[in-house]
Amino acid sequence: MNEFITNHLLSLIIFVPLIGATVILFIPNNQRLLIKIASLVSAAIPLLLCYPLLNEYNSASAQFQFVERANWIEYFNIEYYIGIDGLSISMVLLTAMLSFICIIASWNIEHWKVNKGIKGYFCLFLLLQTGMTGVFCALDFFLFYVFWELVLLPMYFLIGIWGGPRREYAAMKFFLYTLVGSVLMLVVMLALYFTSNKDGAFTFDLLWYKENASKILTSWGSKWVMVGFVGLFIGFAIKVPIFPFHTWLPDAHVEAPTPVSVILAGVLLKMGVYGLLRISYCVFPDAAIQFSPIMMILGAVNIIYGAMCSMAQIRGVPRLDKSTGQMTIEQDWKKLIAYSSVSHMGYCLIGMAAVTTAGITGAVFEMWNHGIITGALFLLVGVLYDRAHHRNINEFGGLWAPMPYYGGITAVMFMASLGLPGLAGFISEALCLIGGFQASDPTNYYLGISGAYFYKILTGICAIGVVLGAGYFLWSYQRIFLGSLNTKYAGISDISTRELITIVPLLIITILLGIQPTLMTDLFINSVKEFVSFIGMPWITTG
Amino acid sequence: MGTNNMLFAVILLPFAGFLFNLLAGSFVGKKLVSLVGCGVVIISFILSAQIFMSSFLQGASTAVQSNSIRWIDVLDFNVDITLYVDHLTIVMMLVVTGVGSLIHIYSVGYMHDDKRFNRYFSYINLFTSFMLLLIMGKSLLLMFVGWEGVGLCSYLLIGFWFDDKEKGISNSLAGMKAFIVNRVGDLSFTIGLMILFTYLGEKFNVWTLDILKIKDVVATNETALNIPLLTAVCILLFGGACGKSAQIPLYVWLPDAMAGPTPVSALIHAATMVTAGVYMVARFNFIFALCPTALAVVALVGATTALFAATIGMTQFDIKKVLAYSTVSQLGYMFLACGVGAFIAAIFHLVTHAFFKACLFLGSGSVIHGTGGEQDIRHMGGLRKKMPITFITFAIATIAIAGIPPLAGFFSKDEILWKAFSSNLAVGKLVWIIGLITAFITAFYMFRLLFLTFFGDYRGHHHVHESPFTMVFALIVLATLSVIGGWVGIPDALGEKVIHTQTNKFEHFLDKSIPHEAKSGPLHKENSHEHHSSAEFILMGVSILVALSGIFLAYYLYMKKKEIPAKIASSFPELYNTIYNKYFVDEAYSSAIVQPLIASSVQTCRFDNTAVDGSVNTIAYSTGNSSKYVGVFDNNAVDAAVNGVANEVYSTGGQLRLLQSGNIKMYLSIAVVSSILIMAVLWSILEWKQVKDFLVSLGLL
Amino acid sequence: MLWFTKYPVENLLILSSAVFCFGIYTIVTRKNAVSILMGVELVLNSVNLNFITFSQFVDNAGISGNMVAIFVIVLAAAEASVALAIILGIYQNFGRVDVDKLTSLRN
Repeated sequence: MNEFITNHLLSLIIFVPLIGATVILFIPNNQRLLIKIASLVSAAIPLLLCYPLLNEYNSASAQFQFVERANWIEYFNIEYYIGIDGLSISMVLLTAMLSFICIIASWNIEHWKVNKGIKGYFCLFLLLQTGMTGVFCALDFFLFYVFWELVLLPMYFLIGIWGGPRREYAAMKFFLYTLVGSVLMLVVMLALYFTSNKDGAFTFDLLWYKENASKILTSWGSKWVMVGFVGLFIGFAIKVPIFPFHTWLPDAHVEAPTPVSVILAGVLLKMGVYGLLRISYCVFPDAAIQFSPIMMILGAVNIIYGAMCSMAQIRGVPRLDKSTGQMTIEQDWKKLIAYSSVSHMGYCLIGMAAVTTAGITGAVFEMWNHGIITGALFLLVGVLYDRAHHRNINEFGGLWAPMPYYGGITAVMFMASLGLPGLAGFISEALCLIGGFQASDPTNYYLGISGAYFYKILTGICAIGVVLGAGYFLWSYQRIFLGSLNTKYAGISDISTRELITIVPLLIITILLGIQPTLMTDLFINSVKEFVSFIGMPWITTG
Repeated sequence: MGTNNMLFAVILLPFAGFLFNLLAGSFVGKKLVSLVGCGVVIISFILSAQIFMSSFLQGASTAVQSNSIRWIDVLDFNVDITLYVDHLTIVMMLVVTGVGSLIHIYSVGYMHDDKRFNRYFSYINLFTSFMLLLIMGKSLLLMFVGWEGVGLCSYLLIGFWFDDKEKGISNSLAGMKAFIVNRVGDLSFTIGLMILFTYLGEKFNVWTLDILKIKDVVATNETALNIPLLTAVCILLFGGACGKSAQIPLYVWLPDAMAGPTPVSALIHAATMVTAGVYMVARFNFIFALCPTALAVVALVGATTALFAATIGMTQFDIKKVLAYSTVSQLGYMFLACGVGAFIAAIFHLVTHAFFKACLFLGSGSVIHGTGGEQDIRHMGGLRKKMPITFITFAIATIAIAGIPPLAGFFSKDEILWKAFSSNLAVGKLVWIIGLITAFITAFYMFRLLFLTFFGDYRGHHHVHESPFTMVFALIVLATLSVIGGWVGIPDALGEKVIHTQTNKFEHFLDKSIPHEAKSGPLHKENSHEHHSSAEFILMGVSILVALSGIFLAYYLYMKKKEIPAKIASSFPELYNTIYNKYFVDEAYSSAIVQPLIASSVQTCRFDNTAVDGSVNTIAYSTGNSSKYVGVFDNNAVDAAVNGVANEVYSTGGQLRLLQSGNIKMYLSIAVVSSILIMAVLWSILEWKQVKDFLVSLGLL
Repeated sequence: MLWFTKYPVENLLILSSAVFCFGIYTIVTRKNAVSILMGVELVLNSVNLNFITFSQFVDNAGISGNMVAIFVIVLAAAEASVALAIILGIYQNFGRVDVDKLTSLRN
């Protein structure tokens, strides 16, 4: 038994939630507590299994570990091929942890505005977890694609059934948008498949693609490699999301119930970044190098644009309500955080555009940190929403007085999100910015600027995002928590124990990793090193 | 305790105090909170003094450094947590922990009735911890952690009374303003830091943020350096200092920061945090000294700020606002000194300023405390009899800041003016004149404050009382320091003349951190000693004269002819209004930067909703519409054909259905009848013979 | 050599046809399900008779026809038991076994 667990650790982490979902299907609908406990257990087992995973993971190696490989659809040479390296281990951990936390956060599901039964909800949630973990473990492109699509379906239902007033619209938008990306990915995937030749047969093996990236370059030609890269890029960019493919995100976040928002921001966005790193960059390294300046620009746009849109929520954005035909002022706290996600993912992009060790470490670390911090922020928004039943920034005020613990925790998480040194977010953002600053390509001109300065100027612009971030976070904090108390909320209750259980672990991790970031970066530093030397940006000469 | 442990203890003790007061403070009572809150800082001070004695006064007098703790380590970017204490640091440490201890003790009395007493002490302990990290961090990034950390504490403490009925919102807005304005400065600082990091990395292959290593690289490659680039780096770093130390154009947050409790204003916004920028520039003297342009910028910004803030200070009526503008002005003085290469003089002024400005702020706190929260000096007056100790200490500090010998302010201010005058820089004489004018205005408005507050008749209605011992104690100590604090830096010229020894111990002490070249190397004339000292004496006389005339003017206007100030104000209403309203800088920033920024952010979001999201929706709707036409075609043409076939089959089936009655007998009858019929047909077609032949072939017949 | 082999094959075939016709007639005319079942048995046995006959006259001394006949008997027994059970069930549910009236599955 023990041996079975150690040999199939990853498979277990991926599929235990699925088994749990199946078991829950057989529990009668009225056994609510049993359903909840069953889903809690199914989410706890992967989290517990992460302990042996971390224990046995060899961070000194850049190789794939815990590899499991078996034929799946032999005729097409499709394999069940999973394994993790440094780029994915943090994401597997993050998924297991956030899923578990979200199950706890869903505990009060009966009291939500939308009460549509709990069995389906938990089943879909666990199915989602299987899909997400699978995406981060799959080493076969086909398998990756299957998991990728598997994530889409439960998410669609979770938003579309348990969401807010505009849930159908948001869910449909999310689904169709992502599907467009998936189609592009599918086309490139098939093109790769039919041009591959692994021992005389077609293959979906991602590692084979990586090893034979130069072969793919010669057989496709640099033009078509670029086309392939862009195809994959758009597919992943929608998920990240990168401007201008981001508009599904505010809607989906705002409409989704709290735990789903947490997963959406915490894990789903990372799938895009992870896909770019694992597939786009590794299969088409040459195109990635050429694409780097565009990536840099997109990163800068994401940061500034996202921050501006966040800031707009403080003043309020006039918006035409289609159903009533009236102009309404939108001042949604959740939307503010949703847009801040767009901004934060921009840091990943500039780190990735640079492909230096600092930049990529920053990007991977930012993926983790953003998952933790923004996950916590969405949980915090949910806490207030559960009590006040709205999220209009302007209608609160002075909430610190009745809710000191809540206010204190929110303050720390806001500070982490705006990049205060000593907390985790700062380290990753600093690494991304330094990565962007290290990039320098004096032989080329971009937008009429020498490559030697191009990256530095854009990184400098990105740094403005830090100021804007301080602006909108503090301002919204001011509106909600400070000043004199809005008497409407004088009797509001402070954060409950269950809510504390969901948020405090994230808080502790945020502080701990700010003080000891190497706890996390050591896990993936060697993989990052290997990755950076594999891509081989022209400026990588640093010692 | 080894030096290593001591260094860490200096920082970690206040941090432990922070944790204790934050987590346990609300359960253990005010006595324990204040004991822990003050105790940790006092022990830190004792440890700092211990380090000072053992490592600097005695023995080799070299820098000490702690063990390294691994912090960020990503191959080509490593930052360790290392604490480094050299002569400059130890001076700062003593100021921070020493003045800090006094202000902590003072706070026990001042904050005694506050409902968030424990939270106050936890924040102020955290501040001390971050401030120490700022000055002790060996790496630039570690310094930056402290830099931002003190900003955070400043934010928390300025907005400490965020739930006040009347001023809650403006208090918290002031905190926010401080944080965001500081962030603007930090942006500049960050960019400067990154340029420096990558420049040294790309050019010399030294990827480091370690201040000592940067110093080494700069020193060994002095001729190969790209001076314009370093000038840019210096100006960007100075931009950060402008934010933290409230210089033009980022000074606007400091006057608003007076919304915080008064001890906070004393500790953070006068004595320590705001001087971090000066410390940083002094720390980077080895780069600044190489860039005359950057120095000129620093000097001019400092001088302008000094004058500008001083003029505003003349017109204010809020006791703390006057002190705030005075702080801005004095900080400008320090940068003026840095800008002429006199980094040591800047640090000297920093130290003396910490003494007398902390004393002034605490004195003003004592006044506010005694008059029941009154801050407007028009409602004070005559307090010297009711609050004698506060008055005496306040008066001493005022004389000190005005620059009257032999009090501390005179020596430091005079040092700066002398260095500016004797500087080789083109701007030297100009900033000297500005400095002199500022000194005059400073003496004037400080004595105006003193006269209006403590002399004449009491104009308020509150029962005034002297403050408790904990508060008065700090005032007495600080006033004493304001008197004697300057004596460690009596100019050599004076010392040699009178007692024939080098008396500027301060300068000789800091020489080891800020080497002679940086201080005066290419920037100062190497004058003959005699000429040097006689010119210095003349200048001393000039500055004393200037200070005295400022004091006299204040005396004349506010003690003798009290009606004149109002007359002056009414005869130049526009000028007076402009100055009284702080030159409308806040309003200008608001309408030129903040409002457009917010408006454009709203526009951006509308653009996002209408253009970006709109195009997505348009694609969706147009897909929906075109699918409608496809649907019509599909229904009328394609599907019609399919349905036609289906309908035929359906109607035929409908008729055949009648046959299937479910009556088994009918089925059987039909089966029998039809088999008979089939047989008959077979018979008629095949004829009987063929049937017979078939049967025969089977062998049946 | 069995006793009936001395008769011409036609006689046996006519007998079997007659039994078959009786069976069919019973099925078609009777209303009682049990009677119908008896008719079915008659039909089956007429078939058996045919098998045995042809087994003797065509496949001389072979047993394949006899085997099929035995097989049919077994099946008939099984069928009868199932059919009787169904009839019993119908009786319990509807109180009668008149096949013409049992139309609840119609449409």
